[in-house]
Amino acid sequence: APPKAIPKTIENQREYDETTVDPNDEEVAFDEATDEFAPYFNRQTVPKILITTSDRPRGRTVRFCEQLSTVIPNSHVYYRRGLALKRIIPQCIARDFTDLMVINEDRKIPNGLVISHLPDGPTAHFRMSSVRLRKEIKHRQKTPVIEHIPEVILNNFTTRLGHSIGRMFASLFPHDPQFIGRQVATFHNQRDYIFFRFHRYIFKSEKKVGIQELGPRFTLKLRSLQKGTFDSKFGEYEWIHKRREMDTSRRKFHL
Amino acid sequence: RTKTQNFCRNEYNLTGLCNRSSCPLANSQYATIREEKGRCYLYMKTIERAAFPRRLWERVLLSKNYEKALEEIDENLIYWPRFIRHKCKQRFTKITQYLIRIRKLTLKRQRKLVPLRRKIERRENRREEKALIAAQLDNAIEKELLERLKQDTYGDIYNFPIHAFDKALQQQDAESESESDAEKEEDDEDMDKREFVEADDSDLSDFEDMDKLETSSEEEQEEEEEVEKKASHSKSKGKMPLKGPARRKRPYIEIEYEEETEPTTKTKAA
Repeated sequence: APPKAIPKTIENQREYDETTVDPNDEEVAFDEATDEFAPYFNRQTVPKILITTSDRPRGRTVRFCEQLSTVIPNSHVYYRRGLALKRIIPQCIARDFTDLMVINEDRKIPNGLVISHLPDGPTAHFRMSSVRLRKEIKHRQKTPVIEHIPEVILNNFTTRLGHSIGRMFASLFPHDPQFIGRQVATFHNQRDYIFFRFHRYIFKSEKKVGIQELGPRFTLKLRSLQKGTFDSKFGEYEWIHKRREMDTSRRKFHL
Repeated sequence: RTKTQNFCRNEYNLTGLCNRSSCPLANSQYATIREEKGRCYLYMKTIERAAFPRRLWERVLLSKNYEKALEEIDENLIYWPRFIRHKCKQRFTKITQYLIRIRKLTLKRQRKLVPLRRKIERRENRREEKALIAAQLDNAIEKELLERLKQDTYGDIYNFPIHAFDKALQQQDAESESESDAEKEEDDEDMDKREFVEADDSDLSDFEDMDKLETSSEEEQEEEEEVEKKASHSKSKGKMPLKGPARRKRPYIEIEYEEETEPTTKTKAA
């Protein structure tokens, strides 16, 4: 009988992307040392995040914002009463925020996310879907969430684009996780969808770990990446998702 | 259509309602205000030009200044019926007001509505579900955490039976195996005695014949007890299946087989 064949999955058949990052690539390493996240990775800046929504947030969005702020340490939620983004950005820079997150909502559910790294850093615009608040997560024990600094897991960010987005996520969290807290935030990229989960783990033995999900969960899909801070008309786009060109093949992914 | 009045569809209508007095077709002397590209014009129709449809409507540009424009309307429509003059001025006021509003709004941020496409939405949702299934997040997270544990990123917080201990155990197993191979005659006795030993978990003192076998089983049982205690003390959060009674049952079952299965019980206890 012929030997059992390896089943073909989309991940196996993925078209080769020339921008995949090789771990030993010098050029990439040099780029990363000099790009906008360098001060974070050199531990010069402590992240401070401002979370806000679009106008008139509905109840779900508000609660989601609050939960997000417990997940990310050193974050503040401010409501936006009709203030233009262009005007609040200089104010944020003046008050020493490093990142700005805007949750866009539509018909009472959050459906978009804009993360911009403040001192003139890149802005990423995501489509957010499948948002679950804390009480909607099943099999959750009633443990209150303490704001420890969680660990961060970034999975599967292979290409150059993915790399930069991964660093953007990493720069939201402070550097030294508190292992006592045993909390971990995961950004897992699979086929261009980024899944965010927040767990608490215990090591039952050397080879077994148990995880328990707390915290909200959502999935993101990258729509565009801009060079400077958020500016819809005059900004320079590093990457936009163009449906006609990019969605043609089922096996081609960009992140 | 309101309850009492119809709307008139004619573009040159002054009030917008279909009345005998405000129909441009019904009256041969008529005037309207219309605006084009932000500039307002006064259109007039007189009886003398009723035979020339091309030249029927005469248009006058009004000044941008509100009061001046009102004066211009007045001077153009002098000697015209009061109704038409009044309605013209009202219409002009309304038009200027909405033009101002347009200009104000364009300065503020404007919300651009991007229509969602249903097919694309559905496609993306489906792909998301499939990606979720393919991702196997729980496994991935667990693997990552174990990797980090192995690479010692956590330092010394977690202490588990270290590899040295495992190796010592394996050595013991090897020795006990070699012994049992050499002494095959005592197999039955050993097995009987071992039954006794493992039935009373904590009584280890009775049988002194099988030195090494006893000590190895002692260690095994101590290890079992230790791990059980650890399991009970560690902050289990609902994911620890009960292993105590299952463990106690296993020695009973496996003793009936050959001795070589004993190492398997030891590794499972570890």
